Amino acid sequence: MAEKPYKKPLPRIDEESRGFWEALGRHELYLQRCRKCGLLRYYPRALCPACLSDATEWLRASGRGTVYSFTVTHQNQAPGFREELPYVLALVELAEGVRVMTNIVGAAPEQVRIGMAVEVVFEDVTPEITLAKWKPAAGS
Amino acid sequence: VSIWGRTAIAGAFEHPTRFAPDKTAYQLHAESARGALEDAGLGVRDVDGFFTSGVGPIGILSLAGHLNLRPRYVDSQAIGGSSFVSHCLHAAAAIAAGLCEVALVTYGSTAASERFAIGTGGGFGGDPPDNFESPFGPTIVGSYALVAQRHMHEYGTTSEQLAEIAVTMRRHASLNPEAKYREPITVEDVLASRMISSPLHLLDCCMISDGAGALVLTSLERARDLRRPPVVILGGAEALRHAEVGTRDLIDVAAAQSGPLALERAGIRHADVDVCLVYDSYTITVLVTLEALGFCRRGEGGAFVGGGRIGLGGALPVNPDGGGLSSNHPGMRGIFLVIEAVRQLRGACGPRQVAGAGLALVHGTGGMLGQRHSGVTLVVGKA
Repeated sequence: MAEKPYKKPLPRIDEESRGFWEALGRHELYLQRCRKCGLLRYYPRALCPACLSDATEWLRASGRGTVYSFTVTHQNQAPGFREELPYVLALVELAEGVRVMTNIVGAAPEQVRIGMAVEVVFEDVTPEITLAKWKPAAGS
Repeated sequence: VSIWGRTAIAGAFEHPTRFAPDKTAYQLHAESARGALEDAGLGVRDVDGFFTSGVGPIGILSLAGHLNLRPRYVDSQAIGGSSFVSHCLHAAAAIAAGLCEVALVTYGSTAASERFAIGTGGGFGGDPPDNFESPFGPTIVGSYALVAQRHMHEYGTTSEQLAEIAVTMRRHASLNPEAKYREPITVEDVLASRMISSPLHLLDCCMISDGAGALVLTSLERARDLRRPPVVILGGAEALRHAEVGTRDLIDVAAAQSGPLALERAGIRHADVDVCLVYDSYTITVLVTLEALGFCRRGEGGAFVGGGRIGLGGALPVNPDGGGLSSNHPGMRGIFLVIEAVRQLRGACGPRQVAGAGLALVHGTGGMLGQRHSGVTLVVGKA
């Protein structure tokens, strides 16, 4: 099967977030935690926004979460998305507590509900970039 | 030195155009500047403070050149559609501090004639947070829809209640000869319009029009000698909300911070407000803003907007001009909120006049409500 060209925006890997994207490439989801004040943060960045410390550790996330909010997108003119309408844009609350913007996949859009248990699924969209999306949790 | 009660809006002009393929955005800025200065009875040479937004990163330089202005105070605040409400706040502070005497605020956009897909276009800003959002396809309407869906989940708010807001705005627009959409609509019409980003339907969304406007501010003392009765800046405040390291409560919008502070600075209570001008980019924007401003409690917005309360003749008339949902929305509507507040306080609104309006509360929202946004509240009143 011929590879379809990937048209959606790609994240730009920078020095502040490289560890996050490299972990996703290994199909692992990592969050940052401040070594000084303990604040768990998303998205990754060099300094803790609570205490401005740059002492950071990486914590592997469980990959479990629930849908905090979502919208079924029926209109988006942007290349890559307009071919996939309707799609589900969501905020997923990780078991660790932070909320992440993502897509819910592996479910019909009309089946998605707030509070629904979801688990992470890794999508290798280009040789360099893997995205974390979420699907209904097994057994839910 | 207090800012409040010392400066005034002396001139206001809303460009009547809703579609201007024969004009440039700069021309719309210039025509609006002319309109507001004529309204105030001032000339372009009187202007020594210049405020604009939506013209690109250093666009204020080009626009100042186009208008041949040589200001000694400039501000191209860029926090989305609320920027122009912010300009009024900043102009009041600058005038009260003696940094300028006559502030000109201008806005102009040809979004409709350029067929610019504001709410449902893609786009990648390239800022760090965009890296963690844009790959998943958030649209502007989608960002507001996330808030609406969550509000429905937490409080049982319904699509019918949101639709009531659109119906009210349209009823108001039917009384505004310059409004783009004037044919009355029903709740059923809103619910039957196509879904754009659930739970928001087409008629839950503001339009895309062309448009422009301008304001002139000066000291209250000077304004008293000008053509129009001054509209005094009594209080104001700004706030930003963002993802807050991944822990933000979606219903906690910027108005919850700026609203109470603005009321406190103005020394007024909610019951004193005669007319409310609230940025209605989407129906949900009005609902959560009214809650956050404190006109009702969090979660009660759905019931609050029903029963004619926010319509003309109701306890809290909102957007008598028809708002962005029905009058005009060229992309950044904040200036029109202030202009309509001025017109209402002058008592010159004809069939859409709020009887005896003496105090108006303006709240502009800019950006993406579910991701990051600004809120600017301004309290203005008759001198």
